[in-house]
Amino acid sequence: MSNVTHLRYEIVRTFRNRSFFAVTLALPLVLFYAVALGQRHATFDGTSFPLYFMTAMAVYGAMFAAVSPGARIARDRSGGWTRQLRITPLRARTDVAAKVLTAYLVALPSLALLYLAGASLGVRLDAMQWLEMTGLLLAGLAPFVALGIVVGYLVPADALAPAIGGVVVLLALVGGVYGFQLATSGPMFEVMKAIPSYWLVQAGKTALGSGSWPARGWIVIAAWAAVLVPVAALAYRRAAIRA
Amino acid sequence: MVDGNAHAGGVVLSRLSKSYGEVRAVRSIDLTIAPGEMVALLGPNGAGKTTTIDMVLGLTRPDAGTVSVFGRPPAAAVRAGWVGGMLQTGSPLAHLKVGELVALMASYYPHPLPVADVLRLTGAAQFAGQRTTRLSGGQAQRVRFAAALIGDPDLLVLDEPTAGIDVEGRREFWQAMRAVAGRGKTVLFATHYLEEADANADRIVLIAGGRVIADGPATEIKARAGSRTIRATLPGAGVAALGALPGVVSAERHGDVVVLSCSDADAALRALLGSFPGARDIEVRGGSLEEAFLELTADEETAGASTGGKAR
Repeated sequence: MSNVTHLRYEIVRTFRNRSFFAVTLALPLVLFYAVALGQRHATFDGTSFPLYFMTAMAVYGAMFAAVSPGARIARDRSGGWTRQLRITPLRARTDVAAKVLTAYLVALPSLALLYLAGASLGVRLDAMQWLEMTGLLLAGLAPFVALGIVVGYLVPADALAPAIGGVVVLLALVGGVYGFQLATSGPMFEVMKAIPSYWLVQAGKTALGSGSWPARGWIVIAAWAAVLVPVAALAYRRAAIRA
Repeated sequence: MVDGNAHAGGVVLSRLSKSYGEVRAVRSIDLTIAPGEMVALLGPNGAGKTTTIDMVLGLTRPDAGTVSVFGRPPAAAVRAGWVGGMLQTGSPLAHLKVGELVALMASYYPHPLPVADVLRLTGAAQFAGQRTTRLSGGQAQRVRFAAALIGDPDLLVLDEPTAGIDVEGRREFWQAMRAVAGRGKTVLFATHYLEEADANADRIVLIAGGRVIADGPATEIKARAGSRTIRATLPGAGVAALGALPGVVSAERHGDVVVLSCSDADAALRALLGSFPGARDIEVRGGSLEEAFLELTADEETAGASTGGKAR
């Protein structure tokens, strides 16, 4: 009952936050066209550049969407709203769950928009491949959602924007989101393959090929999630005790 | 709504203590609030009011002692929807309209009041369509009041509910508050406005330095401080001689009029008439709550200083 209303208003709040949408929807879209228009026939990382970069920019937007619950948690905390919520019967975990669900709901249009943009530059996948790719992306976002929650509970609100922005940009850079890879062999390449965003960016290519990440991709995503989810739970509990 | 017999416990604080590092914010407070009672927690800034209130609401864990709200720990009472709170902080959620925010709060409670009623009662109805980020201080205060009331809680806890509000806003707030309290709610509010405590509370709990230093009806608090004033027209009498009379704490002269602050006004009056039969136009007045307040909290500070700030 209350959970549904809470979720509904959580979504309403998110969709009224226009500057947030500018980042999660418009920025990746603009970057996609700016870079991919001139390279629509190029190949990159063993696939077409538009497919690679479409996936990369979809990941970029989805990463911002995924960490957004952290930003909302921090803002609610700094405004004292978290304390107000804590003296209502609403469970804090319901609040966090609503924020996570909302993050995924925001990630979806961001993905869809980039898919359309990709298609406009000649990216062609069959329905199954689009679905597989979407599935991989949503699964791979889990560590980022947890990361956002960790930062949201642990970092003071005034340091939050650089903290979250910095982490996202760093992971994007190492993961190859910006349309170039820091390395294609050697130790740096091994580092890249230990970062979840690398596997997210690979999802497009993967969908074209085997349809799923190799075991290593799943292990990296699962390992990051396995570390970050308990830390997020811990941060949440710590915040709940200290108010 | 709690059923009748569950009300029986009221709100009980026993030996409640909380320190922040070296600062002993609350030192072994004992306090029982009967169901339906309206109690003011009165004290200067830093007296421990907010810490006490946070512990009643379950927002802060006591270092020692317990709080029981209608027989349950605070967190359980909150989860049951028995408690409504108005905190000092709590800027309303961004990106929502006032009416939406109150409707959202309503959805958390098992038996909320109708949103429209609460908006009307708190005076928030006139700006219900406005975004919460564009509210004046007085409007935000009404929204927080509405948020505290919407769940129809049995216990209302208000932390300095009228801080930063103009006189008119305060008057309207307490008018609405009395209408709410009339429905048999238990109310605990913190304030440092004496007249607010005096005018609205059944009982005043005076705290300073983290301790209860007086607890009773406003009249009793005044009497406890023992500050009564004798005024008389008495030309020519020395201030020093007047000040030395039994029961007199201090004496002042304003032209022909002398003003005696007394710890025992009865003894002082007898002595005055005995020693100065020429005294005319004699007036004995009860001290204001303000004077009582200053006197009691000053005693507390002195006691605290003389024992090096340690608990007695």
